[in-house]
Amino acid sequence: MAFATALKCRECGREYPTDPLNVCEFCFGPLEVKYDYEAIGKTISRDRIQNGPLTMWRYEDLLPVDAANAVDLQTGFTPLIKATNLGRVLGLDHLYIKNDAVNPTNSFKDRVVSVAATKAMEYEFKTLACASTGNLAGSVAAHAAKAGMSSYIFIPSDLERGKVVGAAIYGPTVVAIDGSYDDVNRLCSELADTYPWAFVNINMRPYYAEGSKTLGYEVAEQLGWQAPAHCVVPSASGSMFTKIWKGLNEFEDLGLIPKVNTHMHMTQAEGCSPIAAAYEAGTTRVRPVKPNTIAKSLAIGNPADGYYSLKVIEDSHGDATIVPEEEVVEGIKLLAENEGIFTETAGGVVISGLKRLVERGAIKRDEVTVAYITGNGLKTIEAVEELVKPVHISPTMAAFHEQIPNP
Amino acid sequence: MAKLRVTFTFVGVQVQEPVIWQLSQKFAVKTNIRRADIKDDIGWVTLELEGEEEVLNQGIEWVRSTGTEVELVTGDVIG
Repeated sequence: MAFATALKCRECGREYPTDPLNVCEFCFGPLEVKYDYEAIGKTISRDRIQNGPLTMWRYEDLLPVDAANAVDLQTGFTPLIKATNLGRVLGLDHLYIKNDAVNPTNSFKDRVVSVAATKAMEYEFKTLACASTGNLAGSVAAHAAKAGMSSYIFIPSDLERGKVVGAAIYGPTVVAIDGSYDDVNRLCSELADTYPWAFVNINMRPYYAEGSKTLGYEVAEQLGWQAPAHCVVPSASGSMFTKIWKGLNEFEDLGLIPKVNTHMHMTQAEGCSPIAAAYEAGTTRVRPVKPNTIAKSLAIGNPADGYYSLKVIEDSHGDATIVPEEEVVEGIKLLAENEGIFTETAGGVVISGLKRLVERGAIKRDEVTVAYITGNGLKTIEAVEELVKPVHISPTMAAFHEQIPNP
Repeated sequence: MAKLRVTFTFVGVQVQEPVIWQLSQKFAVKTNIRRADIKDDIGWVTLELEGEEEVLNQGIEWVRSTGTEVELVTGDVIG
């Protein structure tokens, strides 16, 4: 059963029924799911979680939907890998990679969409929708297919062919929009107001966002029921960053793990770093930017959770790192060549950001550190294809030895 | 009539300008302020705008032309 009791405005505190709403009608502040933690505390336990499915739904008590009807592609409980090789290179003895690129549609978005799709079914919506530049599109289309819902995917008209195919294969209506980033955002907000659709990150947003908490729960459980000293996380809207922190703190509050002393480190690429820029400027007011980064999955210029991310940084004594664009691919290579994990550009931002954090002494050698890898490298192959330089030979041993004298 | 929930951000000298009043004088746009935070050098106001869609678009373009930043309250929805 679900323990969600209401939606609560993060600004003025007004409460609403658990309806498909995303902003407070009074002050237009964002809404967040409120739970009956007392009741959850009487139900949840380490044993109950460990006896649950090997998916994100093992944490059903802390998700705002009825898990019995979950729209589930077997998302979550992804590997937490001890990264000994990369740790050696960077100078960390306890580095772990949370490899969320192995989810059903190859990104962490399956966590949030699984919750949003389940909630949409509870509300008896017939259509699931989103605006996306890649990861979200594929996930929404796949979950709609699984749920037997129709789906609409809105994309910028210049989106790479591979990403369009990655969503279109599941059978959604794909609508390519000519216009600026602002135009696409605005049109989709208007569509969400006009049609009876479950727009996953608009009218489903409070529920959708809760799916990211499972990234905090899983890491704590996989580390033997304890929070790490450091989380290094990529950020676009800032939602996942705040929810990992929320997840860890919920576990502490419910007595599932000891006190959380985790430092939350946000990483953003230079070409779209509005939250990290606000952190560096010492303000909690995030100035929107026009994204211009190769890390397209992080290209949110007006981040909805920017302010709340900065509060998490403050509360966790963490920080934010801006990664120069030219270091994004270096990060991808560093992870691939040392750990055999091919990540998309957001992962490159995380690994290069991690390197900078170690170099400036923010993370010490003996501290347990988790780097979140949230998407698969095959999604952003164009970012690294110039690195691929195969040796061409004719099919003879002589030609092979000529090109590779000492194999 | 269309409605739009937006945040205006004023920077520098723009903080002292009566942009919202001017918007409602120049265009048939109803403005309804819900939240705000104004400091010496930066300020933001979250408000609902209501008007005919074309007039609303013209009004927003005019606000932007003053140097004021205009963003949707929901943030970017492209994920």
